[in-house]
Amino acid sequence: MVGIIGYGVYIPRYRIKTEKIAAVWGEDGEKLAKGLGVFEKSVPGPDEDVATISVEAARNAVKRAQIDPTNIGAIYVGSESHPYAVKPTGTMVSEAIGCSPHITCADFEFACKAGTAAIQVCMGLVKSKMIKIGLAIGSDTAQGRPGDALEYSAAAGGVAILVGNKNVVATIEHTSSFTTDTPDFWRREGQAFPSHGARFTGEPAYFRHVGEGARALFKTTNTTVDDYDYFVFHSPNGKFPVAMGRQLGVPKEKLEDSLVVRQIGNTYSGSAMMGLANVLDIADPGSKIFMVAYGSGAGSDSFAIRVEDEIVKRRGEVPTVQDYIERKTYINYATYAKYRRKFKALG
Amino acid sequence: MAEKGVAQLWRKIKAIYTIQGDHCTTCDTYYFPPRVVCPQCRRKGQLEKYTFKGLGKIHTFAIVRQAPDTFKRQIPYIVAQVELDEGARLTAQIVNCDIEDVHIDMRVRSCFRKITEYGESGIIIYGYKFEPTMKVTGHE
Ligand SMILES: [Zn+2]
Repeated sequence: MVGIIGYGVYIPRYRIKTEKIAAVWGEDGEKLAKGLGVFEKSVPGPDEDVATISVEAARNAVKRAQIDPTNIGAIYVGSESHPYAVKPTGTMVSEAIGCSPHITCADFEFACKAGTAAIQVCMGLVKSKMIKIGLAIGSDTAQGRPGDALEYSAAAGGVAILVGNKNVVATIEHTSSFTTDTPDFWRREGQAFPSHGARFTGEPAYFRHVGEGARALFKTTNTTVDDYDYFVFHSPNGKFPVAMGRQLGVPKEKLEDSLVVRQIGNTYSGSAMMGLANVLDIADPGSKIFMVAYGSGAGSDSFAIRVEDEIVKRRGEVPTVQDYIERKTYINYATYAKYRRKFKALG
Repeated sequence: MAEKGVAQLWRKIKAIYTIQGDHCTTCDTYYFPPRVVCPQCRRKGQLEKYTFKGLGKIHTFAIVRQAPDTFKRQIPYIVAQVELDEGARLTAQIVNCDIEDVHIDMRVRSCFRKITEYGESGIIIYGYKFEPTMKVTGHE
């Protein structure tokens, strides 16, 4: 059956604490961090972008899967911060990981769920035997307008997932999606920062789409919360996935391992996939994972995943999500502003 | 608008993305950047393409505190001569390392980074830099 044959992540080394951002804008940092459920976030270095993050994650995925990269038939990179408006990030990734030129490639966009949309497309191509292996990447270097609520959570990171049907480490048993036209968050062409509908991002957007997506998947798979060991929901902050879990009756301990957002912030296209990777790093064979990714605009992609015996053999070769979370160095707001090009005068 | 340097860069992409050089099977020497002929064996040399594993150690280094405009956001930064495990040496920036922690013989591995970009509308040049090897849970 089709599933994940390898996965790899990358999180930049720099972190800024929520308190440090809050201090600049005269807010109560401790209260804000607690309310948001984000205590620090990852910040890319001045020489990192979605292409470099994607390549690092993809190299880890290939190493874990122990595959010959020339067997990859498709690369799709999902992001809302592709380095070029025109020129696919996947072309750089393909060349840097040693793929064959006989490959199909495109960049995907669907706010924070572009990476899971890429997984679904790869699944289809593998199932229909058009390709042997597909590489789906969710990667972002998200920016929040200085002083905006999003500045506290907009982070950087990426997850690469190899989809295939041989030596599967986790079988994707089912996937479904829920999509509507809901303008909760957007960025117009040429704008540096996104805009959002503030309170509108909650009920009609995130909770409706993730909730409907989850209920639809329970229904089609004829399962309930009790049939799964781990739950992963898109984490724009630490508050939303917890509230979503409560609405669906998910016990806290089944959600806990996916909440990497607390230490690294919202990695956008990498968000739900990062939570999934953290679960895959520790889950026992036979475990069942329920994941719902969410993208503004809006839609959700739901997945029912079963962890296979093969996963045990694939550990210990590449850094885990926790290895990257622990490799960190704190920076202050001034350095953060310098790295993120918030000073226009400094090229 | 036509860009200067695009063709020149394009020819080097394979080499600088994956650290691809040559291996001379006659004298068993590894070269980077790629050579046209083996400088030792000359006409007797047999060169074949070789992608380096990307592991090595710092042979020597310098801290850069005065930099051109395009590198200003990164100062102070480390530039080192890295000796790859296969024997070849190359010059590269060391990232993910504080300047007080860098030292000769430090184990490093290659990573993929943005090297420079030709202004806001020009091409972005990517390639190798090096970083200290990191912890991998479960790896002996
Ligand atoms: Zn020779």
